[in-house]
Amino acid sequence: MIEIKRTIKYETDRVKGFGREVMSVPGCEQLEQCIQCGTCSGVCPLSIYMDHSPRQVMALTRSDFKREVLSSVTIWLCASCYACAAECPRHIRITDIMYELKQRAIQEGVYPRRFPIPVLAREFTRMAQHWGRITESLLVLRLLWRTNWLEAFGMWRLGLGLWRTGRFSLRHESIRQRADLTRMMASVDDVVIGALPPPAANHRRGAR
Amino acid sequence: MTTFAYYPGCSLKGTGRAYEESLLPVLAALGIKLEELADWNCCGATAYMAVDEVKACVMASRNLALAEQLGHRELVTPCSACYLVLNKTKQYLGESRAVAQVVQRALGLVGLSYQGNVPVRHPLDLLVNVVGLPAIKERVRDPLTGLKVVPYYGCQLVRPYATFDDQDRPTSMDRLLGVLGATVVPYPLKTRCCGGSLTGTLPEPGLHCAYILLKEAVKRGAEVIATVCPLCQFNLDAYHHKIAAKWGPVRVPTVYFTQLMGLAFGLPARQLGLHRGLVPFAFEAGARRPEREVVPPDRPPPATPACRAGGPLAS
Amino acid sequence: MKRNGEPEIRVGFYVCHCGHNIANTVDCAAVARYAATLPGVALARDYKYMCSDPGQELLRQDIQEHRLNRIIVASCSPLLHEHTFREATRKGGLNPFFFHMVNIREHAAWVHTDRREATAKAQALVHAAVRRVAHHQALQTKRAPIHPAVLVVGGGIAGIHAALTLADAGKQVFLVEREPSLGGHMARFDKTFPTLDCAACILTPKMSRVGSHPHITLWTYAEVAKVEGYVGNYEVTVRHKPRYVDASRCVGCQDCIKACIYKEPKFPDTFNAGLSKRKPVYLPFPQATPQVVVIDPETCIQVKTGKCKQTCLEACVDRRAIDFTQRETLERVTVGAIIVATGFKTFDASRAPAYGYGVYPNVYTALEVERLVNASGPTGGAIVLRDGRQPERVGIIHCVGSRDEKTNRWCSRVCCMYALKLAHLIKERTGAEVFNFYIDLRTPGKGYDEFYGQLLEEGVQFIRGRVGEVTDWAFMPEEEGHLVIRVEDTLAGYVRRIPVDMVVLAVGLEPQADAQAVRRLFNMSCGGEGFFLERHPKLAPVNTFTEGVFLAGCCQGPKDIPDTVAQAGAAAAEALVLLDRGYLEQEPNTAFVLEDCSGCKSCLPLCPYRAITIAPETERAVINEALCKGCGTCVASCPSGSIGQNLFTDQELFSEIEGLLAPAAAT
Repeated sequence: MIEIKRTIKYETDRVKGFGREVMSVPGCEQLEQCIQCGTCSGVCPLSIYMDHSPRQVMALTRSDFKREVLSSVTIWLCASCYACAAECPRHIRITDIMYELKQRAIQEGVYPRRFPIPVLAREFTRMAQHWGRITESLLVLRLLWRTNWLEAFGMWRLGLGLWRTGRFSLRHESIRQRADLTRMMASVDDVVIGALPPPAANHRRGAR
Repeated sequence: MTTFAYYPGCSLKGTGRAYEESLLPVLAALGIKLEELADWNCCGATAYMAVDEVKACVMASRNLALAEQLGHRELVTPCSACYLVLNKTKQYLGESRAVAQVVQRALGLVGLSYQGNVPVRHPLDLLVNVVGLPAIKERVRDPLTGLKVVPYYGCQLVRPYATFDDQDRPTSMDRLLGVLGATVVPYPLKTRCCGGSLTGTLPEPGLHCAYILLKEAVKRGAEVIATVCPLCQFNLDAYHHKIAAKWGPVRVPTVYFTQLMGLAFGLPARQLGLHRGLVPFAFEAGARRPEREVVPPDRPPPATPACRAGGPLAS
Repeated sequence: MKRNGEPEIRVGFYVCHCGHNIANTVDCAAVARYAATLPGVALARDYKYMCSDPGQELLRQDIQEHRLNRIIVASCSPLLHEHTFREATRKGGLNPFFFHMVNIREHAAWVHTDRREATAKAQALVHAAVRRVAHHQALQTKRAPIHPAVLVVGGGIAGIHAALTLADAGKQVFLVEREPSLGGHMARFDKTFPTLDCAACILTPKMSRVGSHPHITLWTYAEVAKVEGYVGNYEVTVRHKPRYVDASRCVGCQDCIKACIYKEPKFPDTFNAGLSKRKPVYLPFPQATPQVVVIDPETCIQVKTGKCKQTCLEACVDRRAIDFTQRETLERVTVGAIIVATGFKTFDASRAPAYGYGVYPNVYTALEVERLVNASGPTGGAIVLRDGRQPERVGIIHCVGSRDEKTNRWCSRVCCMYALKLAHLIKERTGAEVFNFYIDLRTPGKGYDEFYGQLLEEGVQFIRGRVGEVTDWAFMPEEEGHLVIRVEDTLAGYVRRIPVDMVVLAVGLEPQADAQAVRRLFNMSCGGEGFFLERHPKLAPVNTFTEGVFLAGCCQGPKDIPDTVAQAGAAAAEALVLLDRGYLEQEPNTAFVLEDCSGCKSCLPLCPYRAITIAPETERAVINEALCKGCGTCVASCPSGSIGQNLFTDQELFSEIEGLLAPAAAT
């Protein structure tokens, strides 16, 4: 059965000011200069899996198509290899813009439940903030627990190999001054950085 | 003996401990001591940037402040992600006064401050540009004669903050391996992404990145891949069975460049953490015939491993 | 107002409405009324268009009827009409330098919105002029003769065309080319877009005409070493490099090449972009002008070590054209004007490492492919890869090194069209599938877009997307053994991997490597990108800021052959204007040295026109009036205040300032 969907975009599909807002974040300003050449997509090792190419994400962001951008799988597939930023003929920091978009997607909660990438980001930050350090084996276990714990059974071989070679640990690595870190992080809970005033209440750049 | 401040990062205490185990004795053999920051914390890695850039900066800046407190002129960090995050934090603090104010306030709460005067360097940079290749060559006891090595740099060491080498075609490690006596295999994928953390979250695209790197290394006749980053090493070493199940066997060991240096310096393999690889690597110095032929890149590839259909484009 | 021993000052003042331009913002009648109150003003009028014939006539009549001896017009910029009013003043019987112009259009009317304030500003400017003009002196313009010869630097199509135009008009031309032959880049092309006429067929006749023209002195393998003098009288020193061949004896028989101790050609042939080999003694290319061989000092054993058997000399025993005793020589010529046509260089493709030039042998630059498709090129016109195979799939990458902040920011203008031309030729000769990868296709020219249409009909593929990378590693079995182009097809919306056998890089154009040295040699300016700067991008596109030095071709900026030839013609015409007039009229606003100069020389390096020298007999500075442009730098910088300047004496300037401040002081 062929599914018929509306593909045209109306002006009401745009969230006016979204592009400006992203471009006002330090590091994202150069997006204004994009000439839509597609170099970013051409060098991106993950672009073969993306629903919107990196170039399209740039165009959609600039044109205020907020929902389309934030629900795109592209922003999650970015592995932060910076190939696009290095090759961009307009010096656009595409990787940083992807981070910015990921942050906004997490704030708005627009990603599939149990989608592993934002879950990993969240678990990672929780562990880093709480213990001060990351214990990779424990992080992976938490990730599997929160996403698809059945997958854990498929990992036994890897786990065993790491255990044998002394690379697997169940003891939490931790810093001594955990209280210091907590105080530092708490001090930036309500901080908003951006050249433009927040247009809506949900603009707060906190993690929760 | 010169001393540098040292930020190992979480991986070097976990899955990447062989990196630290080889790095410290190799640098010591060259007269360099690394003094580990007391009570350093996680740099935040790329994951934190995706959640909150300001918090990521605060987290990373504590390490920079600790390094300044320690009083050494420069900070050395071997993990590419840590290298990137610490340098990126420095850049943000320099570029954005607003971010800098927030960070200084947070540091002030625990009696720290950030001046911005400690450069963050990678051991590869240190070895090639501070120690120098002649000094390294002098220290070689058992040259890696005939060993065909693929130098793999990955992304985050050379992009976007490294100033010591080219972003696309770096040569530092090539030259270093050459000095150790190894045969460096031309490898145009040397800065292509290994899949990063996607290998753990989205195996299909993540592992395919690693697969291409391994396949092309084998095709070009490599006996071992040398890497500068714990995540690259993990992705290329730990997932062989999964990759083989999907696309066919591409078995080649991946080690840290410091492990190869240790071998060439005549340090015992066990002391260099060489037993920690899931794909075992062994090299006996002196057992080789000198100068073996390397397959030139434009010659038709050898029969194995076959590049099998059913890759991501076909599926 | 009266000054000792001089007649009474009688100023005639006119304020122009300039239609609405001035009158809308400035109350012209009020300005005239204000002027009438100022000391020395005998007459003040406002008028709708002072530059009109009746306006000029009014001025002329008033001078006579009212015995005016100073004239002020408050109107537009002196750039526009200073000359007009000076002429009118002269016709009225006054020395034209008793006239002074006040710009109240650009300086008041156009830059203000408040009528009251704009009027007050205009009044202040007028007051300043009234004070100043009282001190004006009668001055004479000077005439300097112009030497009726032209130096053309560069023997590409621009220099060739300019030289022929001037020589056909009967002027003596010296054409200097640093390579051993004329021809430049155009001589290396096969066909020219969009008409596809053969480059050699249209260029060679012009080259041989240059070689045989009675009015052209052609110096190849020579460079300009030094330029002295000024417009009309440039003293140019030319350095002749030794070619170890007596050009007057060599007939181009090439027996020496056959006889060379190297049996086989061994060294990269630069004319063929290194795709073939040549011997140390060589003729640059079959149609070279002049038809004289040259010996490469870098590779010739005799030149390098003096220990060759000199078999070439034996072969040339009849003519004795080969001469290893040749040394560099210098020659001086005097010319009235100079045309700089030093051309461009192509972007070094290895600076764009993602495209694998220099790494993968089957990645070529467009210039290399020009030689490949050329019938007299290294393969005799066969388009084959380095291993002799014919390519079945070819990718042409546009904008290599252009429109990129990392390399060159500008569009190189010719690459789209030459890429289309190469695509056509490759398709026609090999039947290969040809892909063009472009950011934007720029085909603005006569017949250009039609040519693009023709290529679409021929089935050449166009993919809009800037290529990310060219690699030799494979994702898919069919990619093994090929180069793979990775690109986003931005119109289709897919990222694609396209295996090809041959990659052609459409490299951009950039300034010559020694453009800065040439700029200093001729005292020109460069734009930010390094091309030579024209005096005005629209209205003086072939002039430079140095009088008598003109630009032609790509040294001024990327352009194609039609534009280059048009510009070369324009440069020749501008030079002819100078030469045919025969003299140069010079503004009298030059600087002059007063008696008390101490000879400290601090002004010498400051003069941008190199007009100041130290006279050996008096040890004082001397200013060459022909070179001085009246910029005033030396006047301001002289530590002892010993330099003055016509039209800008201290008296004139100080009274101008006092006048300007007078209205403010009064309130």
